[in-house]
Amino acid sequence: MSTRTDQGLSLHHITVRFGGLLALDDVSLRVSPGRVVGVIGPNGAGKTTLFNVICGFAAPQSGEITLDGKPFKPRPHHLNRHGIARTLQGVGQFNGMTVLENVLTGIRTGKPTEKAAYEALERTGVADQAAAYPAMLPYAKRKRVELARALVARPRILLLDEPAGGLDAEEIDWLAELIRNLDTTVLLVEHHMDLVMSVCDEILVLDFGKPIALGSPDEIRGNEKVAEAYLGTAA
Amino acid sequence: MDRFLYLTFDGLSRGAVYAAFALALVLIWRAARIVNFAQGAMAVATAYAGYSVTNATGSYWLGFIVAIVGGLVLGALVERVVMRFVDHSSPLNGVVVALGLVLIIQGVLGMIYGNEFRPAEAPFSRDAFQLGDVALLSRYDLFVFAAVGTVVVLLTLLFTRTSTGLRMRAAAFAPDVSRLLGVPVSGMLTLGWALAAAVGSLAGMLVVPTELGLHPNAMDLLFISAFTAAVVGGLDSPVGAVVGGLIVGLLLTYVSGYLGATVAPMAVLILLVVVLLGRPDGLFSRAKARTA
Repeated sequence: MSTRTDQGLSLHHITVRFGGLLALDDVSLRVSPGRVVGVIGPNGAGKTTLFNVICGFAAPQSGEITLDGKPFKPRPHHLNRHGIARTLQGVGQFNGMTVLENVLTGIRTGKPTEKAAYEALERTGVADQAAAYPAMLPYAKRKRVELARALVARPRILLLDEPAGGLDAEEIDWLAELIRNLDTTVLLVEHHMDLVMSVCDEILVLDFGKPIALGSPDEIRGNEKVAEAYLGTAA
Repeated sequence: MDRFLYLTFDGLSRGAVYAAFALALVLIWRAARIVNFAQGAMAVATAYAGYSVTNATGSYWLGFIVAIVGGLVLGALVERVVMRFVDHSSPLNGVVVALGLVLIIQGVLGMIYGNEFRPAEAPFSRDAFQLGDVALLSRYDLFVFAAVGTVVVLLTLLFTRTSTGLRMRAAAFAPDVSRLLGVPVSGMLTLGWALAAAVGSLAGMLVVPTELGLHPNAMDLLFISAFTAAVVGGLDSPVGAVVGGLIVGLLLTYVSGYLGATVAPMAVLILLVVVLLGRPDGLFSRAKARTA
C-alpha cells in the first residue's frame, strides 16, 4: 500500500548501458509532488538518457521506477495516461499541422477542445500564432508552442528537456517565471545554470552517468565535485 | 466550342476518379511515407469482389458496399500482415514489396476470374444530357462527382474536425513524438491504410464501368494517371490530389479529343516530367521550415 511519502516519481538504482558505454550508473532520484527537480551535468552526462528511461524510450539493465509507490514500467504511449508530459530538446512539433492543431494533440483524454488549447497558448504567450505553422515561427516561439502542448494535458509530472536551449536572456527570464508558477511537479534537464539555480528545489548532478551530487541549489553551488566535473579541476 | 465543352465535362468526370485514386495514394504517403504501388491491384481486387456480389445478388449497391468495406479490410490486412514488417530504412524496400503485392494480387485474380475482360455495368445511364447540340454530363458522371465530393468532404472533416483525424496526422508527421502524447501510432497507421484502400476501391468501382470492364490489370493505366495527379498536386496534399486529378483528367481528355487517344498517355508522362523538373514537391507543397 502506498503512503503519502511514496507519492510522486522515484528512480531506484537505475543503470543503463549502450553496448560498452555506461550511460547511467546506479542513479536514484525522488521527485515529490509539487517540487521542481533539476538534473544537470556536462554534455554526455546521461541527462537525456534519464528522461528516455522515464519515458520508456530506453530500458534500464537494472533498477526500478515507481510512481506513487507502485512499480512503473514506462511506455511512451501510456505516459500521458499516467499524467506525465515531456517537452523535447529539438522542439519536435508536427510541422504540417497548425500551432492550434499541435496543441490539440497534447490533450490527454476525451475530445480535444479548442478552448483548452487556446488557454495553454495564452499561458505561453503564443495564442496569436494559433493559425500559423510551427516551421514558420522563430525558434523561441516554437519552444513556447512545445510548452503549451505539454501544459494542455494538465500533467501531474512535467519533464522539461533543455527548455532554455536557444533562448535569449529575456526569454529565459520568462521561462523561469512560468516554471515557478506551474502548479505541477517538474523534472528539469538544463544546461543554463542561472535558470536551474533560480527555479529548482533540488538538483541532481550527473557526470559520465554517475550521480555525483544531490541537494538544494545552494548545496550544489558549493559542491567541489560539481565544480570539478564542470571545470575539470577542483574549485 | 461544343466539342471543347463536351471534352471539359468529360475530363472533369474522369479527373474526379483520378482525384479519388490520387487521394488514396496521398493518404498512405502521409501515413507511412510509402507510395503504394499496389493501390491499383488492391482496388481491382475489391472491384472483383464487389461485382461478384452484384452478379450473385443482382444488387449493384450491395456489391458497391462490399467493395468499399473490402477495401477497408484489405488495406488493414496489407498494413498489418505485410507492410508493418518491411524495413523502412530505405524507401525502396516498401516500393519493391508493393510491386511484389501487385504481382501476387493480379496472379491470384487471374487464377480465380481468368484474364478476360468481364463486363461491369454502371448503376446509372452513361448517356449525356443534351443542352442544345452540346452533350454535357451523364447521370453516371453526376454520381461520380457526388461520390468523390462526398469522400473529399468526409476526409476533410475527419482530418480537421475529429481527434482521430488529428492523431492520424500527428502519427504520420512524427511517430515518436506522437507516442509521447499518447497517440496509438500503429493503430493510426492501420487506419490510414484501411481508409486509403477504401478510397482506392471507390475509385476502382467508379472507373471500371467507364473502361473495358474488369480485368486483373484494369487499374494499371489508372494508377499511372493517379500517381501523376498525386505528384502534380504534391504527395503531402489532399487538396493537391484533387486538383491534380482534375488537371490530369482534363489533360487526358483534351489530348485524346484533339490529338488522338494514343498520344494521351504520353501527355501524362510529359506532365509528370515537367512537374518533377519544375516543382518536384508538387504544386501544393508547403514552404520549407525556417531555420532561426
